[in-house]
Amino acid sequence: MNTDFYIKSYCRIKDNTVSLNDSVLFNDASKSFIDFIKSAYKNQNTKYPKFFKMDNLSKLAFLAADVLLKNENLKLENDNNIAIVFSNRASSLDTDRKHQESIQNKESYYPSPAVFVYTLPNICIGEISIKYKLYSENSFFIFDNFNASHLLTYSNSLLSSNKAHEVLCGWVEFDGENNYEAFLYLVSKTGTIKHTEQNIITLYNT
Amino acid sequence: MDALKQELKENIIEQLNLEDMSPEDIANDDMLFGDGLGLDSIDALELIVMLDKSYGIKLTDPKEGRAIFESIDTMAAYITEHRTK
Repeated sequence: MNTDFYIKSYCRIKDNTVSLNDSVLFNDASKSFIDFIKSAYKNQNTKYPKFFKMDNLSKLAFLAADVLLKNENLKLENDNNIAIVFSNRASSLDTDRKHQESIQNKESYYPSPAVFVYTLPNICIGEISIKYKLYSENSFFIFDNFNASHLLTYSNSLLSSNKAHEVLCGWVEFDGENNYEAFLYLVSKTGTIKHTEQNIITLYNT
Repeated sequence: MDALKQELKENIIEQLNLEDMSPEDIANDDMLFGDGLGLDSIDALELIVMLDKSYGIKLTDPKEGRAIFESIDTMAAYITEHRTK
């Protein structure tokens, strides 16, 4: 299997800060996650009203992906074969809890369809695919911790078998207001940072 | 009826997360789906839940929703006639 691939760019959203290739794009430590992510979205001038209908995990994944893909200046009329491989620990638990609360009381049983549709973690991949018109391979894995080895092997496999031209992959976790993190990166045949397990771990921990 | 229409606009904006939109932006005869507010199928389901929760109206046939949810005018007329709370 060809393993001659590169990390072209990477984005992190954590501790109320959005960064691209370790340059801070937006920071507002004073806000709750809901207000922070809304401000960050407006700061990025994304203009995609469906963003406000997404659950927290999708907002987090969507914004991180948007920062990376906007940086690529993609032409949406082209077939952009960018696979998406995400992972996290809590799956869609934050939204699962909200749905569970809405069906807890049999006297007031009004589950929200708009909440229920987000009770799967891979829905966030769908949101990104819709926005960027990606008809590509995608997967969402659940691990106990960030798993650089799996992300490396899986994305290299997609690229070396020509299932994808590039892979948007990484970790996107939301398990409550104070426990969120997105670390996404774009793997390509060109770039400056070699796509190795050690480099993925180093960037993730930076 | 005017109070109900205003209430509907406020509820729709809140329930459907129509950010950056105010009740003044929605005309009573604006199409809620399609070229109007651009609501989608999940929004339609949310409106069915809203009718039940806020006005005690249970829609058993989702096809009924097409005419009822055409505009604020049609929603208000239907709610006024069928509400149980």
